[in-house]
Amino acid sequence: MTQNRKPVLEVRELGIDFGGLSAVNDFNMEVYEGEIAGLIGPNGAGKTTVFNMLTKVYQPTRGTILFDGEDTAKKTVVEMNHAGIARTFQNIRLFSGLSVLDNVRTGFHGRVVYSPVAAVLRLPSYRAKEREIEEKSRELLSIFGLEEEADNLASNLPYGAQRRLEIARALATGPKLLLLDEPAAGMNPQETEELMQMIRLVRDHFHTSILLIEHDMKLVMGICERITVLNYGMMLAQGTPEEIQSNPEVIKAYLGE
Amino acid sequence: MDFLSYLINGLGLGSVYAIIALGYTMVYGIAKMLNFAHGDVIMVGAYVAFFAISNLGLPLLPAVLLSIAVCTVLGVVIERLAYKPLRAASSLSVLITAIGVSYFLQNAAQLLWSSSTKVFPSVISNGGISWNGLTVSWLTLITISVCVLVMICLVLFINRTKTGRAMRACSEDKGASTLMGINVNLMISITFAIGSGLAAIASVLLCAAYPSVFPTLGAMPGIKAFTAAVFGGIGSIPGAFLGGLLLGVIEIFAKAYISTQLSDAIVFAVLILVLLIKPTGLLGKRIREKV
Repeated sequence: MTQNRKPVLEVRELGIDFGGLSAVNDFNMEVYEGEIAGLIGPNGAGKTTVFNMLTKVYQPTRGTILFDGEDTAKKTVVEMNHAGIARTFQNIRLFSGLSVLDNVRTGFHGRVVYSPVAAVLRLPSYRAKEREIEEKSRELLSIFGLEEEADNLASNLPYGAQRRLEIARALATGPKLLLLDEPAAGMNPQETEELMQMIRLVRDHFHTSILLIEHDMKLVMGICERITVLNYGMMLAQGTPEEIQSNPEVIKAYLGE
Repeated sequence: MDFLSYLINGLGLGSVYAIIALGYTMVYGIAKMLNFAHGDVIMVGAYVAFFAISNLGLPLLPAVLLSIAVCTVLGVVIERLAYKPLRAASSLSVLITAIGVSYFLQNAAQLLWSSSTKVFPSVISNGGISWNGLTVSWLTLITISVCVLVMICLVLFINRTKTGRAMRACSEDKGASTLMGINVNLMISITFAIGSGLAAIASVLLCAAYPSVFPTLGAMPGIKAFTAAVFGGIGSIPGAFLGGLLLGVIEIFAKAYISTQLSDAIVFAVLILVLLIKPTGLLGKRIREKV
């Protein structure tokens, strides 16, 4: 099935050293268009490090990242975002002093362009663009059930809502690939269930591919089409949820011998 | 009547402090640094306006615009050359660098224009409007109006434009801002540009009131405005506005009712008192340190 689709992301022999320590090595994976892929592994396996390399927060020491078929070696963090990679964070990093609506609006920063002159003179083009940003932001908020909270400070939202807002903000940047770093962390089973539906909805509604890091196996096995397992910075296994669940290497890494 | 007249004069002086304080507070908000060279940008602005009027014979408004242009460029250049390379350095290194830039500008001014005081031409007519024995000079009226106008424009810019929003986002979390596609370096440059442009406006208002131009001209207004920014809550734009106005009023009242010599001491004593009671300043946000 996935074979007929085009890969959005192709990672080849990716590796990074911190000082003399090799944190990730010889890492390969691809994410296809419209796919929900999972990246799992024990604590400290290097999952977030992979995310940081994909977004160029860390510059990889070795290997290549092809995004949309293009080599990203020379791209900066901002350019990666403009190319179409957006992410959320393991420990929520909203703009806590900004309103819920403004958090989403900042996501549109690079996508909606008007000249500063238009803004100073309050020309129709400025008004039209700002209205466009506001309408699209409110639409995103309503998808995530946050429209009532638009004018509240982001820091005043309950935990689960903050996680949803982070996804909305990331989607506002118009990603082709959305990276979710432990989206279900700290959620109760019911919230996790809702989150799973939401992730599917995001994929279908926004036509984005999704790569997620998660420890909640119910979520991972429930929505991911393909899973990559990372252990000690090395790829341990790759396959469908069924293949991963029955892989003795994976079971050993998680449960010990 | 005296009281009212002192109050209005205080608001006039406070308006100048507020405009300067906005530069300190905006830069602190986004770059998390105290730009101690800000006062010296005022000095450069004053010299530019002085030469534009006295030597080039420009009318007031073009002279102000020229001064704004020069200071804006100067602010951005200072940031690029002196502060940007230290983006990852400790705040102490940046602070020392800012003091270095301050001395550099003062000495460059001395070298270029000598240390002798130049008399700023009288640019705003002396009269004013009188009402029931209360006289308010044109200069005071203009200063207060300019300050209010600046404040309104700035608040609209920060809250209603995408650049303003991006600047607020950067002041909250630079890393997350970059990952949302915001060019943080550009936002910092814009902040320095705005702050320095405002310093130029303040320099002309200041020199219209105290018409002498000399290389250390910016030091005292700079430190007072910095005090105003801390007083109002550094990082907060309404705080800088409020802090500036209050500081001006306190200074004039102290001069009028207590002692001219002690006025500065009283101003700083009030600051210390406010910080003892409310360490984040009047409108400052409490910042929780992340552990």
